[in-house]
Amino acid sequence: MFDFDDGGRFVLAVALAGILGTAALGTAQAPTGLGRPATLAEIGAWGTIVGPNGEGLPEGRATAAEGKALYERRCARCHGVSGNEGPDDRLVGGRGTLASDQPQKTVGSYWPKAPTLWDYVNRAMPFDQPGLLTSDEVYGIVAYVLYLNDIIGEHDPIDATTLPAVEMPNRGGFVPDPRPDTGTTALPRP
Amino acid sequence: MQNDDERPERWRSRRAFLKWATFGSAGAVLHPSTATAQERPGVRSLGGEVGEYGERSPFASPMRRDLISRYGQAAASLTPLQDLRGSITPSALHFERHHAGIPRIDPSEHRLLVDGLVDRPLVFTVNEIERLPAVTQVYFVECSGNSRVKWSPAQPDTDAQAAFGMTSCSEWTGVPLSVLLREAGVRSEGRWLVAEGADACRMTRSVPLEKAMDDALIAFGQNGEALRPSQGYPLRLLVPGWEGNISIKWLRRIQVVDQPYMTREETSKYTDLMPNGEARQFTFVMDAKSVITRPSGGQRLASPGFYQISGLAWSGRGRVRRVEVSTDGGRTWVQAQLQDPVLPRAHTRFRFDWTWDGTETTLASRCIDEVGDIQPTRDALVAARGTRSSYHNNAIQGWKIRSDGRVENVDV
Repeated sequence: MFDFDDGGRFVLAVALAGILGTAALGTAQAPTGLGRPATLAEIGAWGTIVGPNGEGLPEGRATAAEGKALYERRCARCHGVSGNEGPDDRLVGGRGTLASDQPQKTVGSYWPKAPTLWDYVNRAMPFDQPGLLTSDEVYGIVAYVLYLNDIIGEHDPIDATTLPAVEMPNRGGFVPDPRPDTGTTALPRP
Repeated sequence: MQNDDERPERWRSRRAFLKWATFGSAGAVLHPSTATAQERPGVRSLGGEVGEYGERSPFASPMRRDLISRYGQAAASLTPLQDLRGSITPSALHFERHHAGIPRIDPSEHRLLVDGLVDRPLVFTVNEIERLPAVTQVYFVECSGNSRVKWSPAQPDTDAQAAFGMTSCSEWTGVPLSVLLREAGVRSEGRWLVAEGADACRMTRSVPLEKAMDDALIAFGQNGEALRPSQGYPLRLLVPGWEGNISIKWLRRIQVVDQPYMTREETSKYTDLMPNGEARQFTFVMDAKSVITRPSGGQRLASPGFYQISGLAWSGRGRVRRVEVSTDGGRTWVQAQLQDPVLPRAHTRFRFDWTWDGTETTLASRCIDEVGDIQPTRDALVAARGTRSSYHNNAIQGWKIRSDGRVENVDV
């Protein structure tokens, strides 16, 4: 159904398009007319959902140096000052461990897309006070976590333009679902 | 026979009196020789009154069991499969998995936004959702982390609840997601959608539009009543047969987009790490699976003799076609009976009559589903995927019956 190119970017193949291509699901009129039109202001107030190429990233900018103090105040309690000592999810380190008996799945070793980190920190962190951070503060924490992973420099400005261009170490590490894979299919699959 | 006219009347009167006297005053005034009701076995005092919301018997009280975790709000509880009787899971025993607590949502204040690549971005109230054309369907929901313990070698004291309790099956009522998407009018560039929950972490997952238009529901009913809060009240997405995490609870938004959005839950979590360090992504479907629930781990057979083996089978790829049971540790397999109706992407009860001769043996079951997939052994899974992929373990479950009747967890 889909494929990955060398950069780990997602490329939709024709199968899905073929099914949907018969006709756009768009219709001139709503069948029941229920629901009311959403205004642009309303949609904005619902919050942003950030896509893999930075779709939906807001204005704002920060460097790792600027995010350090905030990380240590708001994040280190659960993720450790270095980002790798817990007690909760490890954010830093683990490069080169994914094929070992003790894989460490961190932002640096595992996450394929940098904008995902902005999206998740913005929507879900801090764990007990989600929604607390401003856009600039989220950029700062994202920058600091990327810096701790040696992915960006301490003074690199991170914003809606630069964040999607960050190349994550494991960007090519994901493959599509190959099942069935256990040799236990009794009949040819439809 | 000449007393036919009067005896029944007299008998009825005396019986009515005895009933009244026994219930009304505990029978204290009755002479023993006339008080035949005192010899009646069973209940001899008034029972409980009618009530507004039912309770179960204090003698039948299976419970969910928590998985140990650091935070109760980012935790899971497991369904006691070994105590379930049919194929429906009582709502109060449906497994739970949430990542930032169960929100308390007033339905009069809840709104669902449908936006993104649509002709008409729309806001729906819960009342409006309930006015749309609805359907009722039975589907299982299984966490892809169910049976995670089976990636490690079997420990004897692991029971069915611990190894399989993150699957449950309900009758869901809701509106097909396709109805809402047609209402908004999906643009030709739309290929996926992002579903977002109203919980504290605003859980998000990407869903291919093809599946969304096929059989996904926006559910508001579960087993005849409103969704339980832990199941997404007042609205949840229900994506049949796919890993439970994608059925976003407390649904507040459907945004139509042109690609998967690579959210944290579909990159850093819910991806399957292989031995070569690559990870499989978008492994949505829950594969053919089954477990014998009676007898199962932690139970004890009282003596040799007849037992009906019973369990549950399911597949995210469609109906269960066949379940086979082995009573000799997997050497031979015999077809079990399936309880009708066998519904697609729903728990299916199977049964198999068996007489235990008192010697040590191992019971096992395997599911064969509509597309021909056979539930694999643990060895076959490990050979294909190693032991670090965490999710999607559908290995055959073995229960060793020891000669003293104790039942223990083993790999087959």
